[in-house]
Amino acid sequence: MNWALSIFYYIVTVLVVLVYGLLLYAFIAKTMARVQGRIGIPIYQPFLDIIQTYGRRTAVTHGYMFDLGPVFRLTGGLGTLAFIPVIYGSEIFGNFHFAGDLLLVMYFIFFGQLGMALGAGESGHPYAPMGIARGLAQMTAFEVPFALAVIAVFMQYETASITEIVAAQQGSIYNWTLFTNPFAVLAAMFAFLGMSMYPPFDLVTAPNEIPIGPPTEYHSAYLSLLQTNRAIFAGAKLVLFMNLFFGGATNLPIMVLKTWAIYMIPVLIGVAFPRFKVENSIRFFLGVPTLVGIIAVLYMQYWGTV
Amino acid sequence: MNKQDKNPGNNRENLIKLENAGLTAEEQQLFCDAVPVPYEPYSLEFVERFHNWIRANSLWVLAFGTGCGAIELNPLMTSRFDANRFGVMMRPTPRQASVLIVAGYSSVKTLKRIIRSYEQMQGPKFVIGLGICTINGGMYYDSYNTINCLDRYIPVDLYITGCMPRPEALLAGFMELKRKIKAGECDGANRYVKDFDWYKANQKKVIKKWDMPDYNW
Amino acid sequence: MGYAGLQLVNTMFMQELCERMTRQFDCDQVMHQKDDLSFLRVDRDRLESALMYLKTHEGFVHLSFVTVIDYIEDGFFRLNYMLYNYDKATNIGVQVDITRENPSMHSIHHLWAQGWTYQRELKEMYGIDFPGSPRVDEEFVLEGWDGIPPMLREFDTAKFCEDRFAKRDGRESQDIKQTMRDNLYPERGES
Repeated sequence: MNWALSIFYYIVTVLVVLVYGLLLYAFIAKTMARVQGRIGIPIYQPFLDIIQTYGRRTAVTHGYMFDLGPVFRLTGGLGTLAFIPVIYGSEIFGNFHFAGDLLLVMYFIFFGQLGMALGAGESGHPYAPMGIARGLAQMTAFEVPFALAVIAVFMQYETASITEIVAAQQGSIYNWTLFTNPFAVLAAMFAFLGMSMYPPFDLVTAPNEIPIGPPTEYHSAYLSLLQTNRAIFAGAKLVLFMNLFFGGATNLPIMVLKTWAIYMIPVLIGVAFPRFKVENSIRFFLGVPTLVGIIAVLYMQYWGTV
Repeated sequence: MNKQDKNPGNNRENLIKLENAGLTAEEQQLFCDAVPVPYEPYSLEFVERFHNWIRANSLWVLAFGTGCGAIELNPLMTSRFDANRFGVMMRPTPRQASVLIVAGYSSVKTLKRIIRSYEQMQGPKFVIGLGICTINGGMYYDSYNTINCLDRYIPVDLYITGCMPRPEALLAGFMELKRKIKAGECDGANRYVKDFDWYKANQKKVIKKWDMPDYNW
Repeated sequence: MGYAGLQLVNTMFMQELCERMTRQFDCDQVMHQKDDLSFLRVDRDRLESALMYLKTHEGFVHLSFVTVIDYIEDGFFRLNYMLYNYDKATNIGVQVDITRENPSMHSIHHLWAQGWTYQRELKEMYGIDFPGSPRVDEEFVLEGWDGIPPMLREFDTAKFCEDRFAKRDGRESQDIKQTMRDNLYPERGES
């Protein structure tokens, strides 16, 4: 396979994941509206919002870092997606997988947040650094159970390649990491709650206290980039979790079904719980989830079977 | 702060600087002193029409309650009225909002904040005057501290009269605003820039403590 | 003890209190408005000691509000300090008359910490000075007010609005009573 073709396939993947991420967002918003007895947004509303922000006539910049913030953020999203095989065994959705891609993906998850922190810090709005401080503190906390879960997965499959991890889970539903290594999945799903910005852990953007945190000053085309990244990054994270813990997907309908089911977990928890403060959130992640992560590693070390 | 200009042809007016006389010398260093310029629509007509359709169907309202009418904005999002289905969303920051609703009377002190918020919004931007107080003062027409005609201070695209109008009236107002946006009649930001001196003179006539830049970029 | 009993006790308490106050602080006028509301009028320089006595000895620990009435015809302001007694559930208003020329009054912010907020408001709205009160010269509600204080009775609001704010043509005022009688309840109209 030559380079041009694989880049073309990658672009196709990005577009598919973008459309899927936006539709997923609208679908969840619509579902919640129906639960509340409303009609809710049209299913195409996120697309209109992106074009609307892109079509603004004016834009104000606060400096070079401010310009680069959304670019870094989008790079984080695209980079995360670039090394995750969206559909196992597919040539188009296989992406640039290689032997150690899981490590690189974990770095890319961090990368966007750090870039955004630099950009939003230059915007000069006091709510932006508050949101960043909260976001980075919380991210550091939920990264602990997530890293422990990933280490347990490394030990279980003795590889750092996502494709091989998916390959090892094929054949039967009982080959999924969910059943072969339940502690790691539990720890990782705790971390996923923190990643997905739904109510118990949505203190970064907390619309009622620090209007929307880091992107307070972002507008027009900047915001358009951020909205695009939000969809891509959400899609990439869902696919990563599906690959690592839920057996991957061999075709598109299975991928849609599994990622939708994974996405519903933070949504359902989100509608039932109020927002944590940052100190509660950090204590939570460093408590039970970290303990479960340590148990997962010990379990793999002493009782695990490959 | 610098201004990023999508229409480089208009740059010649940037040579004139705002005075920013209300600020101290130290503060003047911190604020942008460029003069706002009018923005032309897209040169291709169908592109502009497409964008107007998008703008009409994705109205982001600044959640800024300026008066008693702000209480009428909250039910809009509830299941009874559900403005979300028309693409109306609340945004907490003026940078991202495209619709400013001045809800009811506005005192001179609030007018200052309204102007700051309006100028920080990114065009095209639309203003709805909600309630009789924004039109001719309403029951506060002879109060020493409330303005009477809102459209002398910021350009208003749509008035909804009543004291207070119910949320249904506000929804009808949104429908009318959508019709006007689709027809390309809402160019308040450009009117504001073209009659900049007139608007500023009116604003400075009532706001005596002008401790902000002449245009809040 | 029923309501009537409480009323009787309150009335007696207030009457005795007013008598004590009259003896001690030389109140020149006492007015029993209701069972649980009385007004005393004291001298300008005895206000602080009267309030201090009421707070420390008579249980009026709560300052409800401070207001002023502008008696422009007689040339004085009448300040009202409204106190509340939680144990007896009674109010007492202490009134002071101060002259309209160079109006100034002793500050009570050392008795009730919230007092300086009221005094700041009175300074802005009526121009009454309270020397020593914290932040009394800062603007309270109005920003950049450049005329005489707006709540004074010599301030002509209608003329000020005409000068400052634009009027829109087409506005008409109606007699509310007549309009309601004609349009809303024609059958109930009086002669």
